[in-house]
Amino acid sequence: MEVVDVNRVQEAINQLANKDVYIHLETTNGAYASHYDQTFFSAGAYIRNALVRYEIGKITGDGPYRVGLKINLGWVYAEGITHFEMDPQGRLLLAGHDYKGKLAVALEISTTPFD
Amino acid sequence: MKKERHVLVVFPHPDDEAFGVSGTIATHIKNGTPVTYACLTLGEMGRNMGNPPFTNREELPKIRKKELMEAARTLGIQDLRMMGLRDKTIEFEDDDKMTNLISSLIEELNPSLVITFYPGYAVHPDHNATGAAVIRAVEKMPAAARPTVHCVAFSNDCVEKLGEADIINNITPVNELKLAAIKAHRSQTEATLADMEEKLKNQDPQVMVWLNNERFWTYKFDK
Repeated sequence: MEVVDVNRVQEAINQLANKDVYIHLETTNGAYASHYDQTFFSAGAYIRNALVRYEIGKITGDGPYRVGLKINLGWVYAEGITHFEMDPQGRLLLAGHDYKGKLAVALEISTTPFD
Repeated sequence: MKKERHVLVVFPHPDDEAFGVSGTIATHIKNGTPVTYACLTLGEMGRNMGNPPFTNREELPKIRKKELMEAARTLGIQDLRMMGLRDKTIEFEDDDKMTNLISSLIEELNPSLVITFYPGYAVHPDHNATGAAVIRAVEKMPAAARPTVHCVAFSNDCVEKLGEADIINNITPVNELKLAAIKAHRSQTEATLADMEEKLKNQDPQVMVWLNNERFWTYKFDK
């Protein structure tokens, strides 16, 4: 993956707009967070292969970035995005990695279902 | 270490076998005991991507599959089963389906020893759900036919609640194999190992005790 280039990410988001797309969205602090620090409140969310269509999508912020997609009846949103990749299957992979290189958030958009 | 007929190891993630159990696995294999490792997922939700990232969410499972196969080869495991479930979803699968999955492995392999996580004392929800499925499968068997179950526990309260582990395997003779197995899971272990390298070089007593001893709790069935 590469460090976010806002223009290239925005272009990719635009290319995938107004199409049926599959979404992978996750946030995570890792399953061990509360084990190592009992004062830590562990939380996360995960959705894979949600089929949506968005009319407008934007990447905003100064980095780490935010990405929001306005879908038919609501919204998809991710915060903390640091890296992106257009993979060989034409999928837009966005991820936020913390300072130790651990994934903290991922938002991926594809015209075909994820494995 | 007692000579077994067949050892079945059931864990949810590639690398679960490496840290706490690989010395025990290597020792059984050296003793000529067949070992089957059923690894339920490919650790698809692993978080170590590197900085700068060396992979992404979609490619990680392919890397971890290769690492798992390499770790198995290192330890001499000839029967590695990748069960095709998805990381972080084990506890949400149908319980009966999970029990049956384990029952069919036990039926096929007739192990004298099963190694898994201690349900409720293994921190990660996948660990606990995997251990629970194994316990349910073994519990269904007539008491006399049951394999021994050795559980790995490491929650903060495990010793307080379960008492001290009743099985401690000293695996010093195969600790090089164990380190190689840990190293095989490079995407997950490289950073940890880098921190430990110096201590290993200096034979730091605490690290050596951790490396050379693998502890298990024998599961006690109610009836």
